[in-house]
Amino acid sequence: MASKRVRFTFEPDLIKQPVIYLMGHRFQVVTNIRMADVDNSVGWVVLELEGEATEIERSIQWAQEQGVRVDSALGDVVEG
Amino acid sequence: MSFEQALRCRECGREYSLAPIFSCEFCFGPLEVAYDYDGIREAVSRDSIARGPATLWRYEALLPCDPAYKVDIGTGFTPLIRADRLAKAIGLDTLWIKNDTTNPTWSFKDRVVSVAIARARQFGFQAMACASTGNLANSVSAHAAAAGMDAFVFIPDDLEAGKVVGSAVYAPTLVMVDGNYDDVNRLCTELAGTRPWAFVNINVRPYYAEGSRTLAYEVAEQLGWRAPQHVVAPMASGSLFTKIWKGFQEFEKVGLIDTPHTRMSGAQAAGCSPITTAFQHDTLNFVPQKPNTIARSLAIGNPADGYYALKVMEETHGGAEMATDDEIVAGVKLLAETEGIFAETAGGVTIACLQRLVASGAIRRDEETVAFITGGGLKTIEAVQGKLVEPLRVPPSTAAFDAALDARRAVAAGGA
Repeated sequence: MASKRVRFTFEPDLIKQPVIYLMGHRFQVVTNIRMADVDNSVGWVVLELEGEATEIERSIQWAQEQGVRVDSALGDVVEG
Repeated sequence: MSFEQALRCRECGREYSLAPIFSCEFCFGPLEVAYDYDGIREAVSRDSIARGPATLWRYEALLPCDPAYKVDIGTGFTPLIRADRLAKAIGLDTLWIKNDTTNPTWSFKDRVVSVAIARARQFGFQAMACASTGNLANSVSAHAAAAGMDAFVFIPDDLEAGKVVGSAVYAPTLVMVDGNYDDVNRLCTELAGTRPWAFVNINVRPYYAEGSRTLAYEVAEQLGWRAPQHVVAPMASGSLFTKIWKGFQEFEKVGLIDTPHTRMSGAQAAGCSPITTAFQHDTLNFVPQKPNTIARSLAIGNPADGYYALKVMEETHGGAEMATDDEIVAGVKLLAETEGIFAETAGGVTIACLQRLVASGAIRRDEETVAFITGGGLKTIEAVQGKLVEPLRVPPSTAAFDAALDARRAVAAGGA
């Protein structure tokens, strides 16, 4: 089993979509939300994904195809 | 003596013992060092600090590491210069430049790396690591060399020559990653979780980030133990920006200055402006961006401290601006031509955004302002090459020189 901490960013047209719920049904991954905030212009969720590494990557790719921006929960590690 | 007590989650407040960890296990919030401020207040005074070395180690009581482990290559206590010519050019009464281009590897990163490497040695690490678009790479390489430690330094493969050489000369294991910005991010995140290294901006980030507070300490001391009315600082991850504000607040907390009323304004490049864009949309929730700017040292599309930078702007009634690539180059030139300081592109961002903030009225003419210039221009000469006045080319004769000079002056007069 592997795990990955990610940040999902939702543009306004995606905020009402149950993307995380659907992800948990379509793929063998456990979605564990730790922090989130949504306002009128943008929503974000920090969550941990647990499952087989390949399944996690497939689920992330699917989320991106739905229009979700997926980044590391760490923020960027490349600095100036 | 050091007074750090624990690591504390910035979101939920849970505390952890001092260790090479960086995020809360419960909410994944970032961890920050908590201090015994009463102890610091007892231990330091204006006089005791003034008697210290002319480096950032004069503030060692406020740093989260045992000074016995320090690697001191002369970082900090950089000049604070009254910038009257630049102030006049942009419409301010009083402007100061905090010139951090004079650090050992010519950028403010020497501050954060000084603290990170001291803490890493205290933890017993044998190797340092970082992922960087240049300045951090240079600083980690230099400090590791001075400490006799291994260094693993990851850089994009399209970096400016000055920044590549500025790391290679210290003989780290320098790794040019064949891939885009996201690829470098992904590789380094994976390596950080599996290698026994002190990855300065990952597993020792809570300590590393604290080094930036010394910028505020120095400015307050150099202004005669007070905080300025307005600060303009560049924003990449947002960490520097938040730590400057924290530094002023801490100096008040330990009795060294009166309550700071500084308004904090941030500067970003238009080609990578997630924090400024969120500010302009009046939200604390930034949307990550793909960087596309000549200001490579500020090109962080998913800023770890973006939310906290926005909170500081809100708390201090500050502002944020962004500058185009052309404005960045113009900012570099304006600073050089008015104050004799050659900044890298991040400095151009700061000056260009300062101009915008003054022009829009976000900074009043009578607000005493400090602009932070965080890196030296010789690292990014590509940005200004071909955009400067060409040298006069003359044969070796007085008559030829006079003729060329007259011609240049005639052109200048015609253009004026």
